[in-house]
Amino acid sequence: MIPASFDYAAPASLEEAFSLLEQHGDEAKILAGGHSLIPMMKLRFASPEFLIDINNIPGLSHIKEEGGYLKIGALTREAELETAKVVRAKYPIFLDATKLIADPQVRNMGTIGGNIAHGDAANDHPAVMMALRAEVVISSAEGHRTVPIDEFFYGFYMTAVQPNEILTEIRIPVPGPRTGNAYHKLERKVGDYATAGVAVQLTLDEQGTCTYAGIGLTNVNPVPLRAARSEEVLVGHKLDEERIDLAGQYAAEDCNPSSDLRGDEDYKRAMVKVLTKRMINKAIERAKS
Amino acid sequence: MGHSIKRKEDVRFIQGKGHYVDDIQLPGMLHMDIVRSPYAYAKIKSINAEEALKIPGVIAVVTGRDLEKYNLHWMPTLMSDTQMVLPTDTVMYQAQEVAAVIATDRYAARDGKEAVMVEYEPMKPVIDPYKALDPEAPVLRTDKEGKKDNHIWHWEVGDRDATEKLFSEAEVVVKEQMHIPRIHVASIETCGCVADYDKVNNHLTMYMTTQAPHAIRTVIALVAGHVGLTEEKVRVVSPDIGGGFGGKVPVYPGYVIAIAVSFLVGKPVKWVEDRSENLQADSFARDYHITAEMAGTKDGKILGTRFKILADHGYTDAAANPSKFPTGMFSIGTGSYDYQTAFMEADAVYTNKPPGGVAYRCSFRVTEAVHAIERITDRFAFEIGKDPAELRMQNFIKKEDFPWKSPTGWEYDSGDYHAGLKKAMEAVGYEELRKEQAEKRKRGELMGIGISTFTEIVGAGPSKDFDILGIKMFDSAEIRVHPTGKAIARFGTKSQGQGHETTYAQIIAEELGIPAEHIQVEEGDTDTAPYGLGTYASRSTPTAGAAAAVAARKLRDKARKIAAYLLEVSEDDLEWEPGKFFVKGAPEKAKTIQEIVFAAYTNHPQGMEVSFEATHYYDPPNLTFPSGAYICVVDIDKDTGEIKVRRFVAIDDCGNIINPMIVQGQVHGGLTQGIAPAMYEELIYDEDGNILNGTFMDYLVPTAVESPNWETGHTVTPSPHHPIGAKGVGESPTVGAPPAIANAIVDALSPYGITHLDIPITPYKVWKALREKGVE
Repeated sequence: MIPASFDYAAPASLEEAFSLLEQHGDEAKILAGGHSLIPMMKLRFASPEFLIDINNIPGLSHIKEEGGYLKIGALTREAELETAKVVRAKYPIFLDATKLIADPQVRNMGTIGGNIAHGDAANDHPAVMMALRAEVVISSAEGHRTVPIDEFFYGFYMTAVQPNEILTEIRIPVPGPRTGNAYHKLERKVGDYATAGVAVQLTLDEQGTCTYAGIGLTNVNPVPLRAARSEEVLVGHKLDEERIDLAGQYAAEDCNPSSDLRGDEDYKRAMVKVLTKRMINKAIERAKS
Repeated sequence: MGHSIKRKEDVRFIQGKGHYVDDIQLPGMLHMDIVRSPYAYAKIKSINAEEALKIPGVIAVVTGRDLEKYNLHWMPTLMSDTQMVLPTDTVMYQAQEVAAVIATDRYAARDGKEAVMVEYEPMKPVIDPYKALDPEAPVLRTDKEGKKDNHIWHWEVGDRDATEKLFSEAEVVVKEQMHIPRIHVASIETCGCVADYDKVNNHLTMYMTTQAPHAIRTVIALVAGHVGLTEEKVRVVSPDIGGGFGGKVPVYPGYVIAIAVSFLVGKPVKWVEDRSENLQADSFARDYHITAEMAGTKDGKILGTRFKILADHGYTDAAANPSKFPTGMFSIGTGSYDYQTAFMEADAVYTNKPPGGVAYRCSFRVTEAVHAIERITDRFAFEIGKDPAELRMQNFIKKEDFPWKSPTGWEYDSGDYHAGLKKAMEAVGYEELRKEQAEKRKRGELMGIGISTFTEIVGAGPSKDFDILGIKMFDSAEIRVHPTGKAIARFGTKSQGQGHETTYAQIIAEELGIPAEHIQVEEGDTDTAPYGLGTYASRSTPTAGAAAAVAARKLRDKARKIAAYLLEVSEDDLEWEPGKFFVKGAPEKAKTIQEIVFAAYTNHPQGMEVSFEATHYYDPPNLTFPSGAYICVVDIDKDTGEIKVRRFVAIDDCGNIINPMIVQGQVHGGLTQGIAPAMYEELIYDEDGNILNGTFMDYLVPTAVESPNWETGHTVTPSPHHPIGAKGVGESPTVGAPPAIANAIVDALSPYGITHLDIPITPYKVWKALREKGVE
């Protein structure tokens, strides 16, 4: 468990970090919480020549509502998300998700930005962010740009973040009244990646008609997947058992899980269906309370 | 005795001040890392170390060809098979050692490992043990002259003909095919050593993670005596150990390579495995394929059992059993039940998997045996429609029938199985649970109740039957009481977390009246400790614990003589109460043990040997037979297959208890290692012999989160032949828990006609089994 040799710098500002990225290009990796990158380096699946540790850069760690968005700084630790007042009051989905991410030691270090920027469909935040229609703020020496989460993931470990860029913030539109959200994943034991995971956010009008549906799936597709057809069958309707069932069925049909030690493709599709239905019901319950 | 005093060793452990092999730093110490095979079966065409040797700090790359010059490329296993230290021609399993990189620091060694280029010619491996016996299967052990197949040995016990007759005539016969999966002890500390050869004095000090330091010293002398490392020139030191569970009994190639390199270069060499190496290459446990059958009457009388085993040993039989017992104590598998007809047979085969067959927290294959008997007993109850608790009560050996001769030749020392199960049923609320289950079944909900009432066999062993490589399985204690009444006691065993420093001190305290906190316990250094066979198979209390009691009693006899002399009375006039001798009828005339010990050095009776020291080597007259009654309650989510262990009641009978807190801790840990194979752990190989779960990411060791609330309790049936009536407890929970859990899960699924599932029973497996039975 010893990584190959590498160089290391811990810049104190984003500008400094950008110039290091400029200098080292593809050979550099950003080190945030390190809980995906360092294990990969220790197993020698990854051997970056240069690590740019962004932990000393101020202004990247915050959770606040501002201008119609919940803004989460990229360096925000999972554990901070668990304890933030605004999250506990309005975004229970993050509590659902973070308590299922690894273990407390990892959550003390692991960052929200890292969880997303790693580009791994097995991570939990991508699906949650899809359900919430998050936007990702990506920064470089040229300035900032914003990418909708739907356009963020390109492929396995590949995202919209270019070699000269750093993911700096996640922005989530503040949901309207009568919104509920929920996340659950099946795992074989604590700290495991999901056998299947489903994130749901719903908004209902006063009559109980669904006006917004966001559904994201974890670890059942090569890239994090939004269950668009499932969302469509919900929006504009009262959510009866038949609709919910159909949403579950579509999610199961539209994902593309691979068979592995967690179960075969059939099992995973079945779990997507079960979890989608359960999370829709939980989100409805929360929207009504 | 019977007091939950805090563990003496915890003072250092909880402060992070334990001293483990990897904490050892010696001047000039070199570091070793090992190149391992990516293939399960391949010819080595070439090993090129050129690039590795260019890395600063790398000083040597050692191969099998190098060791061959000293005839050190092969070594014997504990089962008298042979194992490669480093291969000269062929690798036999994935992750096998291929070459060793020696460097001045650990980082250079690791980089060097990456740079060694090995050219392989892969061959089609033999992975399925059943296919290993096909006539067309390639013969794996071509190194063995004349070997024409992959069969290792055949073993059998019991009466084949009588059993066959019984089964052909019985009213009810049930049969299940079961696999007890290949698992790994996965101790938190991996294996490692520092081999320190002193060229000037021709002396080797071997610091290593071993559960049996003396046996290792003898093995080193037997293997390396021809190069000058005779036994008086070898010292083995086993420092603190972070979990052994049987996995630190074998001699692994890494130890031998480190010794060879230190011997050749005259510098200390450290080798410590990483997690993946430990999991992928070190000895596995279990891996028995068992066809289990039970015969009985329609009204529930068990009449006989028949077990047929196929044992997958990997490429060599490196099990850690007593020499005469290739299947260990599997023959305990007739269980806790009163019947006299049984037959068991086993065949072992070679495959392209890592070697092993260690006794993972289990007295040599007892876990496999208990799983087979407890599962097939439940299967029998299901077949005739009888409650499994009632069926067990009906068939238990009665308390008054002990000592009891089993049909496979054991003499059970004592037991009260009815009392144990009754206590467990009351604790769990058995009748109520069955009613709740009936209600739930009407609603289509899945709830299961599983029982396991096992008999263990531990404390090897009587030397007439038990040896390891010919060395009899006794154990030892040496007590030295200093003039001021404080003592040091040394043992041939080696704690890996069991709490020996406290338990042994308590035994001596009980026998001699010296407070436990005044007794320093030491183990693990062959230069100071008396010879012993080490700690595994729950044998420490039955053997070394007994030796401690007997040695202390020798000292008490001496104390009586000294007290009589000091009090000027005859020995017969003295009475003992822990801590002092007093004159009968005149309790004010007394001498404390401290006064007596002081006199032993300052004012002893003329003619008596000075000092207050005793040693005893204890050879038990029989094994001990702990037992237990475990009941598990599960709820199953029909949609996802998820299993929740709602309750787990464990009533153990380990005879007299020395420290209840330590026993409870042992039971908690053991139960967690019991749910491990029942629901989580299995080493999985694909058809090419690639391990599919060689890291903790996929090899699922349960944690506190997965552990239910363990509800523990005891019945006490002392061993009649053990000096303090103790039986040993370390492995009972590991042995007894898996069938209780499996029985509970199968019970929950039984309305759908499911009669058996192989462990580990995962949500996926449950979901699939239900879908196969048409559940939507």
